[in-house]
This record gives sequence, structure tokens and C-alpha cells, in this order.
Amino acid sequence: MGTHNHTHNFSQQFEFTGKPKTWSLIAIVIGIVAIAYGFLIDTSETHAERTFANLLLMGYYFTCVCAAGTFFLAVQYVAQAGWSASILRIPQAFARVLPIAAVILVLICAAGLFTHHEIEEEGVKVSAPLLYKHWATHGLADPASEHYDEVIAGKASFLNVPFFLSRMVIFLGLYSIFAMLFTRFSYNEDLEGGMNNYQKSFKYACIFLVIFGFTTPIWSFDTVMSLEAHWFSTMFGWYNFAAMWVSGLSAIALTLILLRKAGYFTWTNDSHLHDLGKFMFAFSIFWTYVWFAQFLLIYYANMSEETVYFYERWEPEFKPWFWLNIVINFLSPVLILMSRDNKRKENLMMFVAILLLCGHWLDYYMMIMPGTVSKHRTFGITEIGIAIGFAGTFAFFMLNALSKRPLVPKNHPFLEESLHHHI
Amino acid sequence: MSNTKYILGHFEDPDDMMHGIDRLQENNITIYDVFTPMPIHGIEDKLGYKRSRLPIAAFCFGLTGTCTAFSMIYYMLVYDWPMNIGGKPSFAMPDFVPIMFELTVLFASFGMIITYFFKNHLFPGRAPRVMDFRATDDRFVIAIDARTNPYHDKIDDLLKEAGAVEVLHNDRKYVSYE
Repeated sequence: MGTHNHTHNFSQQFEFTGKPKTWSLIAIVIGIVAIAYGFLIDTSETHAERTFANLLLMGYYFTCVCAAGTFFLAVQYVAQAGWSASILRIPQAFARVLPIAAVILVLICAAGLFTHHEIEEEGVKVSAPLLYKHWATHGLADPASEHYDEVIAGKASFLNVPFFLSRMVIFLGLYSIFAMLFTRFSYNEDLEGGMNNYQKSFKYACIFLVIFGFTTPIWSFDTVMSLEAHWFSTMFGWYNFAAMWVSGLSAIALTLILLRKAGYFTWTNDSHLHDLGKFMFAFSIFWTYVWFAQFLLIYYANMSEETVYFYERWEPEFKPWFWLNIVINFLSPVLILMSRDNKRKENLMMFVAILLLCGHWLDYYMMIMPGTVSKHRTFGITEIGIAIGFAGTFAFFMLNALSKRPLVPKNHPFLEESLHHHI
Repeated sequence: MSNTKYILGHFEDPDDMMHGIDRLQENNITIYDVFTPMPIHGIEDKLGYKRSRLPIAAFCFGLTGTCTAFSMIYYMLVYDWPMNIGGKPSFAMPDFVPIMFELTVLFASFGMIITYFFKNHLFPGRAPRVMDFRATDDRFVIAIDARTNPYHDKIDDLLKEAGAVEVLHNDRKYVSYE
């Protein structure tokens, strides 16, 4: 009940120095070394494709977490939520990194599409791009070509490189513009006070949610589902959205807990933690719900063009990971976070947040690897190093953005409610 | 010795009532219960109430639902009358999941409602237990057990000091059985 006497320093700013800075920079260096290892030193047959698959995985994950931060802001504004007002600077810091993440993701996709290597498919030598070989290989849509593929030709008006890249640029550009608008309104609110900026945030949040709701499924169809372009599932967009939202919430909770341990955010209490815990718990179940909705229909209909997705993930290389994915992302949050008291324990919440972040890495791994390296699936220096590198990049830019402004939006109309939050 | 069983302090303002609770507790007078027409934040902590165990009951009911659904489908589709549905094995576990989920929700929700009614004596046909009717309308009521707290005048004074608009000395616990 320490929030009743206002002894907190609301103009406090995060100082981005010392250990967090050192460690995030070290992580970035590890990432760069791992990329160099993957491209240059690793000599296995699929080393370049494997490195690109990992870059895509982490680039997509990174962008998703930042987009989830923006989505969190928009949801709080539209719901006119009060509890979250005092922690809003964390998702705002995520949102400020979104443009950087978006540029990295677009660069990875473009580089993967424009670099080619020779592969042999059904006895024919093909020059395939390192990413999206199932639809971007030259000649797939050309009836005169020897690699002509009728299914891909039918999808070529949607899945072609210029349209693909422009879609990605437009979507991520739109998200980034809204992310910058939300953070700017909030900072203007600090300076000017009044309701003007809050009302503008509300209006733009409504517009953003409509755009985001319609475009994220297409974004995930493009970025991840088109890796296996012969297959499609209409649930895939929501499945990816659920993964994005759970991992974003876990990242927000983890950031808050680590900052509290470092002596910041003293005005937050276990009720804020409890609310974030409820979010993580509920949307882990939502993730399972959409995962299962996708699985059950495919299982029940049993049509070979649909079951191929799960058939590949049921191969010996992927089967243990397939089950581990469900254990980490469904069973553990359900069993650990069901009790009210557990959601209020800082260390336990930190453990679950880290577990879910690793779990959704595995989730994306299961989505991406069968469509890229497939039977040559590996787990080693490239995977771990690139994951660490992107985590470091995220931590570095996010904490840097966080350190630029006070940690409390001091003129937020619901700030008092958040400071007295008690459930 | 009077026949007073319960002393009820009526308040028109929740803040006055909270103040009254503080004053009574300072004077070591135990409060039997407090009735309010709306939820009041933090009152459970002030009165030292334990958290409801309803979630535990809900969990048990839910688990019962899961087991019921599983055994029911297993008996029907695997043991008693196996059928060939789409060439799948009779024991097609993924098909069971939606029904198991639904029965879990159904049992948990009905179980919680029944538990709640049972604990609060709210079964249909049963007279509800109400200590003061105006607590459901516009008054905030503190009830004090008159048998265990002997100094009735002092209690009256404390309640009035705190802003009680009316203090009742009731000879019976529930007024709703007339």
C-alpha cells in the first residue's frame, strides 16, 4: 500500500549505462559473430539457407514484439484503461524500436529473395533464392519453364517479389507511423498537459486497431506461411497474432520486473504484475485455442494438401519439438499462472516470462524450419547466436529509447488510478 | 438484560461507515458483518476477511467436467459402439478435446453458481436471510453481535459519533422471515 504516500520521483529517468549496456552490446557482437559463422565458416550443405531462416525467425520475432508493444498501447487507449498508465513507457519504448525492427526485417526478406544458390530438385538443377524458394524461384509460374508449378502459378499474382516487398513495406511503415504517433502524443502530453493529446491517442488507436487487425494476418501469411507456399490455412494469421501478443506481453512483464529489480518503477505494485500475469495466462490459452483450431480442422478433414504441414512436423526431426512447443506454451503457463498468488510473485513471473519468450522462439522455429531447411534441421551456434544477437539488439534499442524520457507519463489522465491500482 | 440480539448502525455515506468501522475496532468491539448496497474497495482487508475459496471449488468442478466428458465419449465411441468416422481410429483423441473443453466450462460455471447459492441460502423457495432491507437500497449497515459485546450504550455512541443516521436494536437476527 506504499502508493498512498506520494514519495516517488516521477521525473526519474532510466540511466542506460553499466551492465545492461555492456551485456546488450556483447549480445549484439555474439549475434554478428554467429551470422558470420553461419555464412562463412559453417560448411554444411544448407548453411546459408539455415542462417537466412534464423535471421528471418529472429527478425520477425523482433518486429512482432515491437508491434505487440504498439498494439498494447492502442488497446489501452481504446479501452481507456487506467491500471496501465504508470507502466506505459515500457510499451512506448517497444513502439519506438518498431521502425528499426521493420527496416531489419525488410532487409532480411529482400536479401533472402535476391541471393540465390543452386539446389537440385527432382533431378533438375535450380537456382533458388535463399528464402521463399517455394514461390520465388524463377520459372515456377512460367508454363514454358521446366520447373512450372501450377499451384504456385495460380498464386503468382499475389506471391510475386515486387508485390510481396511492397506489401511488407506498406504494412510495417503504417505500424511504424502509428507507433511514432502514439509515443509523440504521450511526450507532448508530458509537456502540455490537458486532454488534447489523450483524445488524439484514442482516435488514432481506433484507426490503428482496424488497420492492424486486417493487415497482421496478411503480414504473417507473407512472411511465414509463404515459406511453404503450396499449403495454406486461414487460421494462420490469428495463430501468429496470438504468438506475437503473448511474446509481447511476456517481454513487457520481463522488462518491468527487471527494471523493478534495478530500482526503477517503485510506484508499481503486485497488482500491476497480477494484471500482466492474467494477460499472459489468458493469451497463452488463446494461443492454444487457435493452434488447436488450426490443427483439429486439418486433422478431421484429412486432405493431403492440408495435412502436409503437420506431416512434416511429425517427422522424427521435429516431433519432440512439436510436443515441447505445446508443453512450454500451453501447459506451463496454465499450471504455473493459474493461481492468483503465483501471478503476484516477481521471480515466478520472471521465470514464466522468460519461458514463454523461449517457447515462442520454438513456436516460430516450428513454423519456419520445415519450409526452409526441412530435413537438415539443426540446433547449434547459428540458432543460439542469432537469437542472442537479436535479443541484444532489442534490449539495446529499447533501453536506449526508454532512457530518453521520464519513466512516468506524468499528465496521463488516468495516472492516479494506476498509482492506486489495487485488485 | 435486554433482548437485543444485534445492533445495526445505519450510515448514509460509505466514508462515514468506514470511519465507524475504524472507531469500533479501536475500541475492541468485534463487528459481526457489514452490509452495503454496492461493493466498497478495501473493505475485506479492513474487516480481516479471508479470500473466497470459490476458485478452488471451480477448479474441482472443472476437473470433474473434463473427466465426465472423457469417460462419456470413451464409453460411447470406443467401448460401447465404435464407429468408422472418416477412417480414423475410434479413439481419436483430438476429436474429444472440444467436448472435454465445453463440459469443463459447463461444470465449472454451474458448479460455481450452485456453490454460491448454497453458501448464501439463495435456493428458490427459500426465504432469503436479510438482516436489514435498506442495506440493499440506500443504507450502509454495520451489524454488531449484541450478545458478545456487552456495552451497548458505548456502541451506540461510537456509531453516532462516526455519523450513523440511525441505530437499531434488533431482537432477532433476520428480519426477512416474517
